[in-house]
Amino acid sequence: MPFSRLYSDTGGERQVVGRQPLIQVKRLVAKYGEDVVLDRISFDVYEGEIFVVLGGSGCGKSTLLKHLIGLIPPHSGQVIIDGYDISKSDEVTIENVLRRIGVLYQSAALFGSMTLAENVALPIKEYTALPPEAVTTLVRMKLNLVNLGAYEDYFPSEISGGMKKRAGLARAMALNPKILFFDEPSAGLDPVTSAELDNLIIHLNKTLGTTMVIVTHELQSIFSVAHRVIMLDKHSKGIIADGEPKYLRDHSKNPFVRKFFNREAPEEITA
Amino acid sequence: MKTTEDLQSCRYELSENGEGEITLQIQGQLDVSNSAAVINGLNKWFRDRRLGALTVDLEALTHLDDFGVLALVQTRRLVAEREGTFHLKNVSDNVSEMLSFFHFDSLARKPPFAKRRRPGMLIRLGDGTIRVASEFRSLTAFIGAVCLGLLHVCRHPRSLRTDDTFLYMQKTGVDALPIIALISFLIGLTMAFMSAVQLEQFGANIYVASLVSLMMARELGPIMTAIIVAGRSGSAFAAEIGTMKVSEEVDALFTMGFDTVRFLAVPKIVASVLVVPLLTLFSDLFAILGGLVVGVFMLDLTANGYMDQTIKTLSVFDVFWGLFKSGVFAFLVAWIGCFRGFQVEGGAASVGEATTSAVVSGIFLIILFDAIFSVILRYWG
Repeated sequence: MPFSRLYSDTGGERQVVGRQPLIQVKRLVAKYGEDVVLDRISFDVYEGEIFVVLGGSGCGKSTLLKHLIGLIPPHSGQVIIDGYDISKSDEVTIENVLRRIGVLYQSAALFGSMTLAENVALPIKEYTALPPEAVTTLVRMKLNLVNLGAYEDYFPSEISGGMKKRAGLARAMALNPKILFFDEPSAGLDPVTSAELDNLIIHLNKTLGTTMVIVTHELQSIFSVAHRVIMLDKHSKGIIADGEPKYLRDHSKNPFVRKFFNREAPEEITA
Repeated sequence: MKTTEDLQSCRYELSENGEGEITLQIQGQLDVSNSAAVINGLNKWFRDRRLGALTVDLEALTHLDDFGVLALVQTRRLVAEREGTFHLKNVSDNVSEMLSFFHFDSLARKPPFAKRRRPGMLIRLGDGTIRVASEFRSLTAFIGAVCLGLLHVCRHPRSLRTDDTFLYMQKTGVDALPIIALISFLIGLTMAFMSAVQLEQFGANIYVASLVSLMMARELGPIMTAIIVAGRSGSAFAAEIGTMKVSEEVDALFTMGFDTVRFLAVPKIVASVLVVPLLTLFSDLFAILGGLVVGVFMLDLTANGYMDQTIKTLSVFDVFWGLFKSGVFAFLVAWIGCFRGFQVEGGAASVGEATTSAVVSGIFLIILFDAIFSVILRYWG
C-alpha cells in the first residue's frame, strides 16, 4: 500500500489512520537526576513511516531516542515496540526488541579494528545460521545497497564521514530490522552527501518498507524525507507539534513552530 | 520422488524426475526468518547428489527480501558447482524487481573476500626497521619536548598548570597509598618470614630487621612502588591522552596555540616526580612494619630491639638513594605513559595498545634503570 494512503485527507494537522502503530509511546517521563527532560509525552509511529523527531538544542531529542532504543529505562510511562513493552526492562523483552531495530549512530560507531565487511558481517554471523559463503554474499548485498561495494576491505579510518554513515547504515540493516533509528544522520556532512543520504533513506523505505525514526534538526532533510514529524520543546518539556512538515511550516497555529520551520530567529517571536 | 520441508512462514518442495531434472517449488515468504534454514536444508539435500537441471518455481512466493535473494543465489551456486543448469520460473513483477534491486545476476560471480596479503619476509624486516627507527626518532623528539617543557616551567613557574598538577598528585599519590601500603606490608611480612626460617638456624633473628629495611630502602621499595604506579597511573596517562587524540582534543589544543606536551605531559610528570618518592617512603615504612609484626610475634624480638636494629642498619644515604631512584622511575613511568598516549592513531583498539605498551615499557625502563643504578653504585659509590 502506498504510504500516502495511510493518511486521512481531511486537512489540518493530518492524522494517521488504518494501521496498528509499530511504536507506541505512552505518557513517557524522562529525567536526569531530578531534572525532568520530557514530561508525559505520548505519540505513535506507524509501519512504513518516515517519522522525524525534531526540536531545538537541549529539547530532549537524543534522550527520547535513547528511551526508544532501550538504552535508558523510562522514569515512568511506557515505550511499546512492535507489541513489546521495553519499559518493563526484562531481558527477553529487550532481546526481542533489539532484534527488531537497527540504529545508525551520529558518529556511525563502526568498529575501528574491523573492515567495513567485517563490521556488517558481525551481527549476521552472530544471529543467523548462514554458512560462511552465504554471509560473504549477503554482506556484499548490504554494502552494494549503500553503494560501498568497492570498499569492503577498507577500515573506517580510511573512508570519509559520509561513507562511514552509509557503512553504519549497512550494519544497522544487516538483519533487516523492522525499524531503523537515525541519530542526526546529516550531522557533519556536506549538503551533497547529506542529500545522498536522504535519498538512500527514502529509497530503502520505499523498497524494503522499513519504518524509519530520525532524530534531526536539519530542515532540508526533514522536508525531503519526513512523512510526519513531532516537535519537542525545551520549555514545555513536551510535544508542541505533530504532522506533516510542510503543513506545519505554513499552517501551524503555534508561531514558534512556524518560525522554526522557516528558520527565523526566536527573538522575533517575543518581539 | 518428492521432498517437502515446512518452515516458519515458508514451505519448499523438491521433486526429482529420475533424469537429473529437479524442480524446487517455494511457497510463502522467503526472508530473514527462514532463509538460513532453506539454505542449510538445500545444502544437505544436494550433498552427494548429481543433477542436470534445477528449475525454481516462484509462483507461490508471496514475499522476498535480500535474505530470500541470498537463498536463491546460494541455490544457484550449488547447482553451478555440480555443473547443472539453473532456471527461475513464474517470476512475478515484484520478485523480479527485488532480484534486480539486489543484483541477483552478478552476485554469484564475485570471488570471496580477498584475504589481506601477508607481505614477504624482506618487506616485514624493512617495515620493522623503519618502525623501530621512527619510534626512536619520536622518542628522542618527545624527550626533547618534555625537557623543553620542564625547562620552561622552571623559568616560568606560573606557566605550570597547578590545578592539573595537584589533581594528578592526588590521583597518582594519595589514591595509590592504600594499595601501596597493603602490598608493602605484605612484602615486608613475607620477606621477614622467609629470612627468619634461615637466620633462626644461626640464632641471628635480629638481622631480619636489617635485611627487611635495607632491601626495602635500597631496592624493593622504589621498584615495587614504581611498578604499581606504572600499572595505575602510567596506563591511565596513556589512555587519557590517547582518547584525547582520537577525539581530536589534542588537535584542538594545538590549534588553540597550546604546547600540547607542556599542557598535557608536564603536569603529569611533575606530579609523579613529586609524589612517587613520598609513596616509596610510605612503602618502606609499611614493609618495616610488616617485618616488625613477624619479628615480635614469631621471633620473640621486642619492638624496641627491632626498630633499634633497623635504625642502626639504615644510613641516610640508603634512604635518599632509594628516594632518588624512585624519583627517576616516576619520571620514566610518566614520560613513557604520555609518550604512548601521543602515539595513538585511529580508534579504540589503538588506545588499548598504547595502554598496554605504556605499562610494559614502563616496567622495562624501571628494571633497566635499576640495573644501571646498581652498576653506578658498585663502581662509583
